Amino acid sequence: MNKMLGSKKYIILFVMPALFIFVCFTIGPLITSGIYSLFDYDGIGKMDFAGLGNYMKAITDDRHFLGAVKNSWILALASILIQLPVALFLALILARGVKGEKYFRTIYFVPVVISSMVIGQLWMKIFHSEYGLLNIFIGMFTKEPFEFSWLTDPRTAFLCTVIPSVWQFVGYHMLIFYAGIKSISTDYYEAARIDGADHKQISFRIIIPLLAPVIKTCMIFALTGSLRAFDLIYVITGGGPNHVSEVPATLMYSNLFRKGLYGYGSAQAFFIVIECVILSAIIGKLFRQAEENASAI
Amino acid sequence: MKGKFRKNGLKYFFLIVVALIQLFPLYWLITFSLKSNIEIFGENVIGLPQSWRFDNYLEAVTKAGIMRYFFNSVFYSVITVFVAGLITAMAAYAISRMIWKLKGFVFGFFSIGIMIPAQAALLPLFQVLDKLGLKGGYMGLLIPYIAGAIPMSVMILSGFFKGIPKEMEEAAYLDGCGIFRCFFEIMIPIIRPALATASIFSFLGTWNELMLANTFVDKDIYRTLPVGIMSFAGQYSTDWGLIGAGMVIATLPTILIYFMLSNQVQESLVAGAIKG
Repeated sequence: MNKMLGSKKYIILFVMPALFIFVCFTIGPLITSGIYSLFDYDGIGKMDFAGLGNYMKAITDDRHFLGAVKNSWILALASILIQLPVALFLALILARGVKGEKYFRTIYFVPVVISSMVIGQLWMKIFHSEYGLLNIFIGMFTKEPFEFSWLTDPRTAFLCTVIPSVWQFVGYHMLIFYAGIKSISTDYYEAARIDGADHKQISFRIIIPLLAPVIKTCMIFALTGSLRAFDLIYVITGGGPNHVSEVPATLMYSNLFRKGLYGYGSAQAFFIVIECVILSAIIGKLFRQAEENASAI
Repeated sequence: MKGKFRKNGLKYFFLIVVALIQLFPLYWLITFSLKSNIEIFGENVIGLPQSWRFDNYLEAVTKAGIMRYFFNSVFYSVITVFVAGLITAMAAYAISRMIWKLKGFVFGFFSIGIMIPAQAALLPLFQVLDKLGLKGGYMGLLIPYIAGAIPMSVMILSGFFKGIPKEMEEAAYLDGCGIFRCFFEIMIPIIRPALATASIFSFLGTWNELMLANTFVDKDIYRTLPVGIMSFAGQYSTDWGLIGAGMVIATLPTILIYFMLSNQVQESLVAGAIKG
């Protein structure tokens, strides 16, 4: 058997198809993108080496890009400060065992499986200036027709993309938290309960500290998901009006495919990668202590 | 006792309010897909349709070529799920059960794919496919979709392979079974649950994908549902019932699969999170 499982021929035959496709169509393009980001390049003319010039231009010179980065950070903050706490709270209640636990879990998760194009179109209709649900609801309270164009007003356009983004993935994080809580041995709660601890104490003193690795995963997901966000914003506002709701991915997209700025657009794309890697590392570091505590218990 | 009752009430109130918030937009979508504009825009905004207009669906299917997009999406998704499932099962088998030095490295290499945002490779991918003459056709989307499904699928499957006791294949090899028969007839049936998990992940990723489908395809006949519906929504922007019908058609398969396999779907997405 070991002869068979150690055979170079078979190993190559088994790994190669997946590895080949992955290298040619994921890793290769990624590296190429990194190289483009160091050049002045429009796709047709020659490539002039620009060093970090494209990156410097993006972070010092480009007002739209800075606005886009700021927006993506707002999105990240909203995810971490609203989405994750709501998800954790729901998971804590559900995992404790309530009637209809399974139904709630299933319902919360529904938006996750729907395409972001549909979610985007749907929320566009909710925010619609004349016939949108939101205006109709407000009109019901104020007893007179209410009209406000949420999507085209510079003050609210970006908010109209943040709300669906936060809304869509509450159920996803809830489920990860829920699975994490369920994997904690019930011995811990039993012991605490015998000692007279109530739900709140059990949640804050036992479950949440033990959940540190899961919370870390969710934070990394929420953060990187926000920094790379594209679909919903592209569908709902397209970055407008006048670029106020732009995020790095939408700007990058129009630089690459509308303006043909291959070098500059690639630098913006790579900026997102670098941001994700650095912030994931920082979160990993911040949680190291908490994770050690969790595994020590 | 009364305090406890109130606390319980509050708990359920919260759970139900969130459930309504999560479901209401979907309910609204389904109801307005069955209404006429007169109802949607004034008379009956959030109630059930007064007269059920299935015509919206008929029109979406006949007028807008939605069926073409629908079958394209089915085609892309099915092929991606099968091809990615097969090649990643093979790779995961080699990584977790065969004996070679670089397997840890190769595994780590695949896991990079989970972390990088797809858009970072978008432009060179576009150029490669263009050079190969594949951009704009079925292969031009299938290949990136398969490539995109590989990392997560390898993670899920190799984790599962590692948990299978050695004895399972030992007996087969002693009986003189070749590596392919052992793989296809013994290992594949054993990893079926993990394969289902990975498949759901690949399916959702492909079915709902927007950026590549929007960028790489310019001919209408190769278009996927998300892109098709997006342009359709622009074209018939005032006919909400029709757009709603198109959106329900695009959503129905994922919702059905989700309700049929909700445990497996949930498990697969948790697996994705924990392994990632």
